[in-house]
Amino acid sequence: MTNIVKRSVSILSAIPKEEYLLKCTSACAGCSSSLCLRYVLKAAGPDSVLVVPACCTSVLQGIYPGTAMNVPVYNIAFAAAAACASGMSDAFAKLGKKTNVIVYAGDGGTVDIGIQALSGAFERGTNFLYICYDNEAYGNTGMQRSGSTPLGARTTTTPGGKLTAKKDLDRIVEAHNPPYMATACSAYPLDLYKKVKKALSIPGPKFIHILAPCPPGWRYPSEKTVEMGKLAVKTGMWVLYEREFGKLAISGPSRAAMRRPAPLEEYIGGQGRFKNMSPEILDEMRHQVERSIRRLASEEAGAC
Amino acid sequence: MLTIATGNKAVAAAAKAAEPGVIAAYPITPQTEIVEQIAEYINAGDLASQYILVESEHSAMAACIGASVGGVRTFTATSSHGLLYMHEMVHWAAGARLPIVMANVNRALGPGWNTWAEHTDAFSQRDTGWLQVFVSTVQEAYDATLMAFKIAEDERVLLPVMVNLDGFTLSHIMQSLETVEIGDFLPPYHLPHAIDTENPCVYGPMTGPNDHFRFRWDIERSMRDARGVIAEVEREFAERFGRSYAPTEDYRCDDADVIVIAMGTLGKEAEVAVDRLRDDGIRAGSMRLRWFRPFPDLDLAGREVVVIDRDYSFGFGGVIAGSVRAKTGIEPYSVIAGLGGQEVTYNDIAGFVRDRRPGEETWFGVNEDV
Repeated sequence: MTNIVKRSVSILSAIPKEEYLLKCTSACAGCSSSLCLRYVLKAAGPDSVLVVPACCTSVLQGIYPGTAMNVPVYNIAFAAAAACASGMSDAFAKLGKKTNVIVYAGDGGTVDIGIQALSGAFERGTNFLYICYDNEAYGNTGMQRSGSTPLGARTTTTPGGKLTAKKDLDRIVEAHNPPYMATACSAYPLDLYKKVKKALSIPGPKFIHILAPCPPGWRYPSEKTVEMGKLAVKTGMWVLYEREFGKLAISGPSRAAMRRPAPLEEYIGGQGRFKNMSPEILDEMRHQVERSIRRLASEEAGAC
Repeated sequence: MLTIATGNKAVAAAAKAAEPGVIAAYPITPQTEIVEQIAEYINAGDLASQYILVESEHSAMAACIGASVGGVRTFTATSSHGLLYMHEMVHWAAGARLPIVMANVNRALGPGWNTWAEHTDAFSQRDTGWLQVFVSTVQEAYDATLMAFKIAEDERVLLPVMVNLDGFTLSHIMQSLETVEIGDFLPPYHLPHAIDTENPCVYGPMTGPNDHFRFRWDIERSMRDARGVIAEVEREFAERFGRSYAPTEDYRCDDADVIVIAMGTLGKEAEVAVDRLRDDGIRAGSMRLRWFRPFPDLDLAGREVVVIDRDYSFGFGGVIAGSVRAKTGIEPYSVIAGLGGQEVTYNDIAGFVRDRRPGEETWFGVNEDV
């Protein structure tokens, strides 16, 4: 048994058995964002509140009066999650409570309509954790393009494929100099669990950006959700890292991928949303991946 | 303590006395003095609120919502475009049954840019489920803000309250102000549905037609109950602090043949007009509408009515004229006046009464060929 496997096993056994996202959610089959939420809540524990703007998580909780949630959830309007969490965090501070305030928001509610509130809350130094689970489109409304939709992806509003690149949310967040920010992916739940734990141990505004593959949106069979997440990381399309007080550390699974990325076609080919992609777009996408890997590698090496 | 203050400073002083746990606000003319005064209180250590200087009014109300359900008293202030920018969250606050208190300094809406008094901003929030009170003096701005917390937080109400004061003509004028030692007038903040991680609940999830409908009825039921609560709170306030208020402020109405109905500072100006008219032998009275929601019952039987609207509902008419017609069956003489800060004097108001044409509408100072 290698050291890495040993370490994983010991963390696995440390993950609480308690469930804060109960069975029978209204999530689609193969939904990776609900899988992520399960681990986020296990890491956060029961003294936590979720603030949820309009997104798939508004739906997967279930319909009133039933709920699949075992922690308080405050549902709020699309653009308002980070601001609502600001107020809640300050109320708890005033009352002397240590309760975790966690925004769990989709990519549309983060990179598009919610970015002003997100930026404001980070600039003010709000004590909370903002998690964006990113399925790269407006999933809740049936897969329209968002600012987070990648180049070339077909959505219901980009039927010919998106002509512009994915908005680089992480560099926007980084510009606020938060004490902690990280990326994660649903296919690596232990990595996510550790990052949530660490984020919640640090005061101030924290950010975690999770890539959350979406079977109906990305048009792949639901049983391939974990595989799709792994391919995103192995091809370097999605790089796992954390940046603590400005210091970048590439996470284990991405370290190998960055040295020798798997061919991009392995990721693209399995998804209907990238069907019939032109060689030029694929080329541009490959360049984007290379640029992103180069930039992160040189940042970690202290070269920038 | 007797002092002098602007309307804005009176609102800030009342908010300070209420000791909100969280205040979240964004500056806008002519409300800015309120947010600046609160910053001064906090900087001087006279107020221990968490003060969230948000990046927009939408976020101001969202932060108040998060704080209020988080378990503390909350306050904000805005005006005009700020109020409209937070419109979505204004609905949310009432639907979520959160007793947030907000001062709104009434101002016109663009285009073009006009920072002077008009009631269109508040009336555009008419159907949100907020209680709305309109004040006419610096003292009343203070008193109404204090009472707003008590009314909003009453378990029979649990709805937010908007305290409206006219931009500049009240927000920036100086009058005498008697501040009070509030003692236990405001009980500790208690929200029955505050977030409790020991008893996890989901707030505002997907809700089907039957439950949604029931929740909306519940807002209206509380709005109806609010009439009694307002009366109780205003009575207690009078007993403790010696100043009396009612849903309308009636001036020389008992034997009046004609009654002027107006709101805010114009409603106060109308009292002077009534004195002038009485001097000329015209038996006039004035009725200043203080509460807009819940809308008061008006006893106008057998009188002629002149309504001054500092607002307009395009394609329909003056909002208050239409409300008076709907509530009483009386056809008022509808005067549209004071939009965008247009100066309206007591002589002008006396003129409206002298020249009244029941059932008709006129736009003061505007010729049809303009």
